[in-house]
Amino acid sequence: MNIAARFPIPASEGLFFRLAGREVAARPSGALWVPELGLMAVADLHLGKAERMARRGGALLPPYECAETLARLEAEIAALRPACVVCVGDSFDDDLAARALDGEACDRLAALARGRRWIWVSGNHDPATPCLPGEAVAEHDATHPDASAGGPLVFRHIAAPGAAPGEVSGHYHPAATLAPHGRRIRRRCFLEDGRRVILPAFGAFTGGLCATDAAFNPLLGPGARALLVGSRVIAAPRSALSGRAG
Amino acid sequence: MDAAAPSPDAPALPRRLRDWFEGRGWAPHPHQLALLARARLGGADLLIAPTGAGKTLAGFLPSLAALIENPAPGLHTLYVSPLKALAADIRRNLEGPARDMALPIRIEDRTGDTRASVKARQRRDPPHILLTTPESLALLVASEHAGETFRGLKAVVVDEAHALAESKRGDQLALCLARLDTLAPGHRRVGLSATTEDPEGLARWLAPDGCRLLRAPDGPDPDIAILDDAGDPPWSGMGGRYAVRAIYERVKAARTTLIFINTRALAELFFRALWEVNADNLPIGLHHGSLGREARQRVEAAMAAGELRAVVCTSSLDLGVDWGDVDLVIQVGAPKGVKRLVQRIGRANHRFDAPSRALVVPANRLEVLECRAALEAVREGRLDGEPRALGRLDVLCQHILLVACAGPFEADALFAEVRRAGPYAALDREDFDRCLDFCATGGYALRAYDEWRRLMQAPDGLWRLRDPRAARRLRMNVGVIVEAETLKVQAGSRRGGGRLLGEVEEAFAATLSPGDTFLIGGEVVRFEGLREMSLQVTKAPGRDPKIPVFAGGKLPISTLLAERVMAMLNAPEQWSALPAPVADWLRLHAARSGMPRADDLLVETFPRAGRWFMAAWGFAGRNAHQTLGLLATRRMEALGLAPLGFLANDYAVLVWSLDPVDDPAPIFAREGLAEGLEQWLAETSVMKRAFRQVAVVSGLVQRRLPGEVKSGRQATFSSDILYDTLRKYDPGHLMLAITRAEAQRGLVDFERVEAMLDRIGGRIRHIRSPRMTPLCAPLMMEMGREKVPGAAEDRLLEEEVEALVAEAEGRA
Repeated sequence: MNIAARFPIPASEGLFFRLAGREVAARPSGALWVPELGLMAVADLHLGKAERMARRGGALLPPYECAETLARLEAEIAALRPACVVCVGDSFDDDLAARALDGEACDRLAALARGRRWIWVSGNHDPATPCLPGEAVAEHDATHPDASAGGPLVFRHIAAPGAAPGEVSGHYHPAATLAPHGRRIRRRCFLEDGRRVILPAFGAFTGGLCATDAAFNPLLGPGARALLVGSRVIAAPRSALSGRAG
Repeated sequence: MDAAAPSPDAPALPRRLRDWFEGRGWAPHPHQLALLARARLGGADLLIAPTGAGKTLAGFLPSLAALIENPAPGLHTLYVSPLKALAADIRRNLEGPARDMALPIRIEDRTGDTRASVKARQRRDPPHILLTTPESLALLVASEHAGETFRGLKAVVVDEAHALAESKRGDQLALCLARLDTLAPGHRRVGLSATTEDPEGLARWLAPDGCRLLRAPDGPDPDIAILDDAGDPPWSGMGGRYAVRAIYERVKAARTTLIFINTRALAELFFRALWEVNADNLPIGLHHGSLGREARQRVEAAMAAGELRAVVCTSSLDLGVDWGDVDLVIQVGAPKGVKRLVQRIGRANHRFDAPSRALVVPANRLEVLECRAALEAVREGRLDGEPRALGRLDVLCQHILLVACAGPFEADALFAEVRRAGPYAALDREDFDRCLDFCATGGYALRAYDEWRRLMQAPDGLWRLRDPRAARRLRMNVGVIVEAETLKVQAGSRRGGGRLLGEVEEAFAATLSPGDTFLIGGEVVRFEGLREMSLQVTKAPGRDPKIPVFAGGKLPISTLLAERVMAMLNAPEQWSALPAPVADWLRLHAARSGMPRADDLLVETFPRAGRWFMAAWGFAGRNAHQTLGLLATRRMEALGLAPLGFLANDYAVLVWSLDPVDDPAPIFAREGLAEGLEQWLAETSVMKRAFRQVAVVSGLVQRRLPGEVKSGRQATFSSDILYDTLRKYDPGHLMLAITRAEAQRGLVDFERVEAMLDRIGGRIRHIRSPRMTPLCAPLMMEMGREKVPGAAEDRLLEEEVEALVAEAEGRA
């Protein structure tokens, strides 16, 4: 039975919300879009994950995650045409993975970075500078020339407790589970409380940390929401998720 | 098949054994002596005997005789059983006679419960007789010391071979048996089996190169009947609760009763209902696979000690330790298969000479026919069985990796060895090579990691692990059973910890909010919260509980039973023997419509409450009908008939739509059905579930170990992601091929859809009725329980979020 055909779901441009007074959008892809800066941020690409696991004697995972993650990036960049792309850490599964990236992947990344600013924020998996086009930084500050539009946005890999409003981070791979009609659905999600946003992992081979996990408690205010990504973005209060099992 | 008469040239029992038998006033059964005689010939034997016929002793007699003659140190006999408990029980049963006869031999078991220090000692200094399970055997075979451990092996005894051969575990065991043949050439193999419909097939499974069959005489015919004093069964429903008082009376009149119920959820409900009428406070227990191990062991121990009057159980007690005191078996709900019924009946009176007493309780009106059909089949000795499946390739992948753990191997030799395992006798080299390639490189079309292979082929041609340290991790992945993701349920203080009640599936756990009550282990409990990935609950007696969802359990009706029920439906002269309401119901249906037949497909259409209904009586079993329903609704969608939903049971599939079906032929046309299935399968969660199992068994992803906390860590990710990636980038990959085969065989049961289409050969009998036909009534009653089908996840999610918000704001 095709209910979707009966009730068509409109294509979505994402869900807009305010971050430290600025209008930003949570995209169905898991990317964050800051229209007035022309800036797109993605977190936790984990490129080279399959290769790293194999190298360490683990499972031989399908070696397609790099191609898949790059395809997602290409689609998003084609849709948004950002002036600046910020990769908020753990872009590579480790430093070796960055160096071991094959020629085709390097070419695709270079093509994406051409004609725009590209910033690699370092993460816990990839602390060193990747030998790829773009700037490598520990943190990135994006301040709009018109300060009245809102405070600066700060991009760092791991959210800092007590950070000033306007922080964009990754690292935790938040995901939320709901069970409408007893049917369990798990989705990657943004977590935001108006002061900071934690991005879902953008990479293909990434797991998730439950949005209700206590690790998020010191980071998020009581009004925090989970923005579930999929064919469109759906917002749910984090407090309504909490206490649910699984 | 030979009759098991003692042949004149049967070897005399060694004196000590004869004295031992005589000392107890026993005489060996003829089939026990016959097996002793055949043991001299070497090779393989399969003994088929009813329960209580001294099968196990028969299997060990040749070993005991040989050990009396020569108790040289070293492993003499290996015994494999599907159950740990059975291994331990047999050890105790053998130790007695060994002590009585003052045999200087050691008998030990080795299972997942055996301490590591004992296991290490057993490897160095094996006992004469080692009792184990297929998984522990696989680990022994994967040890680098396997060659030494098994060098002097003289005999392997496979117990409950009928049960093992039908499962994935049987594939694994067969591969290990072939391995043992390489490690210890010339040892004997003995299979012990309960009554089975296909002894020759089972013999080929045990030893494809030749296996002698020996059949013990059947015991007396079972005393078996349908419970007829419980009132009329209801129109629909599966749980048999209408009969609870009548069953209670039977329990009171018997010494010890086993009550079998087909699913865990129904067992919970029935157990609760039984206790509600238990005015005498009879000790009645509950046993099923989702209860905590301690809870199950408590019930088993109480049963062994004769402390219980009844146990409500599922297939969890189909096999197991003999309880001589059981004098009544009650099967609640149609047994769905004759063989299963016979084996359950055999659980009563585990003595050779006494008839088993059993009652069958139909859960609804149509099941009255099914139960009668099953009883007739039992009396005629007709057993059902599905065709024996070929060995699964995911199990072969695991085996190849385990062989590599033991040491370097040659591909040609391993291929030849694998073909000596029953289920893999017809394996072709191409499939073997694909499995080997998967184990070595991952088997991807894109060769990304040539330097990071798991197996390497050295210049000497031998394959070995690239990194020998990987062996430990690979061994931890042993086993072919992949349980559904579950969460533990603990009762106790709000501070956490407490008694382990059992496990529920994650999918069910996700539907719980604090304060919800549900049923587990016969107790109503209140969900308090989640703590370290276990559900904390408190007791909440008297509340109306939700029913946990447990995977599996619902086996479809066997082809044999379905044929017999159809035959009864078409024999009106026999209906007078049925309970009057059932006979009247069938007569009414015959007058208004027609009866389902084997040589065509009866399709009924009728309007009701603004919708159109179509019932197709395929009699192909629940899973096949589920698949047929999905395919039919897809076709109706394409025809613009606006299907709204469907429901499947063992007998029929019922589809409802906005527009009527004028011509059912194109909806059930064979052409294009397989393609539709392919397309639908790829998108469905059935495939993802099957893929997860295949991925774990074959070693693509690491098994989560029991007791290991499911970390909420972001490092682990779902196998669904791998499935999607492979589908997109490597659709020809071995894992996907195996997954498709598994899904089609099991949940999707496309084989039976096709068998049904073959049977009807395009003959569709369409009956248009102005109103609902009588046979459809039970189906219509089940309709309310149907889930929303289709893929509209986002709509469901939004509704859920709205409900959550309303709840949070106090509007709900």
